[in-house]
Amino acid sequence: MTETVLEIKNLQVEYHTEHGDVQAVRGINYKVNKGETVALVGESGCGKSASVKPIMGEKEANQVIKSGEINFTYQTENGQKTVDLLKISPKEVQSQIKGKEIAMVFQDPMTSLDPTMKIEKQIAEAVKASSPQINKEQLNKRVLELIETVGIQNADVVKKQYPHQLSGGMRQRIVIAIALSGNPSLLICDEPTTGLDVTIQAKILNLIKDIQKSRKLSVIFITHNLGVVANIATNVNVMYAGKIVETGTTEDIFFDPRHPYTWGLLESVPDVNEAVKELPTIAGTIPDLTQPVVGDAFAPRNKYALNIDFKEQPPMFEVNDHHYAATWLLDKRAPKVEIPTVLKRRIEKMKKEAEADGE
Amino acid sequence: MKKYVLKRLLIAVVTLFLITLILFVMEKAMPGSPFNDEKMSHAQVAALYRKYGLDGPIWLQFFNYLKNMITGDFGVSYTVQVNTPVTTMIFQHFKISLQIGLQATILGSIIGFFMGVLAAVKKGTIWDNLMTGISVLGISLPNFVVALIISLIFSYKLMVLPGTYQQTQPFVSSILPTIALSTFTMASIERYVRNDMITIMDSDYYRLADSKGIKKYQLIMHHVIRNTLISVITVLAPLMIDLIAGSMVIEKAFAIPGLGTLYISAIQANDYNVVLGITFFYAVLFIGIMLVVDILYGLIDPRIRLDEGE
Repeated sequence: MTETVLEIKNLQVEYHTEHGDVQAVRGINYKVNKGETVALVGESGCGKSASVKPIMGEKEANQVIKSGEINFTYQTENGQKTVDLLKISPKEVQSQIKGKEIAMVFQDPMTSLDPTMKIEKQIAEAVKASSPQINKEQLNKRVLELIETVGIQNADVVKKQYPHQLSGGMRQRIVIAIALSGNPSLLICDEPTTGLDVTIQAKILNLIKDIQKSRKLSVIFITHNLGVVANIATNVNVMYAGKIVETGTTEDIFFDPRHPYTWGLLESVPDVNEAVKELPTIAGTIPDLTQPVVGDAFAPRNKYALNIDFKEQPPMFEVNDHHYAATWLLDKRAPKVEIPTVLKRRIEKMKKEAEADGE
Repeated sequence: MKKYVLKRLLIAVVTLFLITLILFVMEKAMPGSPFNDEKMSHAQVAALYRKYGLDGPIWLQFFNYLKNMITGDFGVSYTVQVNTPVTTMIFQHFKISLQIGLQATILGSIIGFFMGVLAAVKKGTIWDNLMTGISVLGISLPNFVVALIISLIFSYKLMVLPGTYQQTQPFVSSILPTIALSTFTMASIERYVRNDMITIMDSDYYRLADSKGIKKYQLIMHHVIRNTLISVITVLAPLMIDLIAGSMVIEKAFAIPGLGTLYISAIQANDYNVVLGITFFYAVLFIGIMLVVDILYGLIDPRIRLDEGE
């Protein structure tokens, strides 16, 4: 039976700025089950990070959570417990949840470690936060263990170093070690490979995948790169302008995408096997979210947009029991629209490759 | 590290030599002489020039000055305190300036620091605004105005503290000048600490440290204040030099016989050796403190630590 670890219901987040109130997250819903990796995909500024910040209790002065629930289920000494992270006090989040049950891997490893503190101290701090009773010897052992867990060989040298003495990849490994130090059940990865060299990216991804498997972690993986998603996620939520526009298993999204925005994202993933002069892009930019959105937020950039797209927000149409997409194209009355041929070809090829891999 | 310090010292020696040379030449080029007394005849003045070795060619005078300087002899005063060795004079006056300056530095930086921490931690609240208000006042009010206000209140009206410096009670009479002198430092440090802390509290490493679930005070102490202190040291050093060098305005306002007062009288009286001596002393002070600061900086900030090879 699948256990739900995190369930987000109708979350709405606003930011007050000089230019008006930005509706960064406009009512999103999703679930993360135990041992699953859920990807949040979308362009910069579509509300990916803004939607996970409330999970970690990260509050900015101008941030307002308009509505929603974030139900988090975790094991305590007295059995299972479910809390609404938006309802419990910040103190409780700080002492019970952060670092212990939910941990985070950040985007830029070059700036996410304290420049004036040795690696061992930064890890030890996290270990101590989750197990305050630990003695010095155990603490040392645990720190070394954690550094080794993330695939660093010379742990006893590295622990004595400062962040600036390590490469970006190494730093991200340390950040992951810190995230693991409290044995969390949910790991939030906010674009963990974006700041890294391409060659390092794959290694870090594999590391996260391995750790996720061996520890049966639930992972929320934020990225703008669908290519990254394919080999790490079990479920994908495609976000646009603060809303989830398509959700499904990784296969649903890659082999049977329904939303024109998802098509655009898939098309813009570079493919080395195709000789293209120019990489397709999604024309236009994301809308100004200080203004109320009428209809489908993606409509102005959508070449398949119908009249109704400019008037009414499409509901989530069911494709199958785990695949939904918010586009009027799925309405019975809509004209039949074929997905772009280039993409179709690509999907066929991916399917074949996947079958070949499976055999 | 040793190599670095040696290099810095060598640069310091060259700098000091150049300062001395330029100042020496400029002094001689200035109109007037130390013996501007109308009652003295030409012959008398010439005799004085000969006595103090001021009649030879300028390069010879400079050479002699340097030679004596190396042995620690900065010459004697011609007019301000006739025939008193310059080193003695600097030492006497500097003692007073140093005491008041250090007191002001300590007072200003400690109060400013706590004000800055309070403003940053309570950002956007009434506390923040209050601290901002105080520091704007501190920066914009000239310290002689502060001096006048506090001596009016505490010395003239309440009569609890002396308004002028008294040799017999050096500490009590240094209280008002210390306060007047510290306002600018306090305000600058407050601004600096507040802005720096806010920048840090917005940084990625603060977010990461926060995500560990450590206690708020731990977060502030270990990650914010520690990193703020590093940058505070660099702004504090030049401020401190300003204060201990003896503020001419404050020394005048409270009639303090400090180095600033001496410097002005020496310049007005063309007392070559005293002016040269004090300038040289200021230069050594400045270079020395900056060197200490750089070494300190390296000790607390690993990125700048210079013995990376170890």
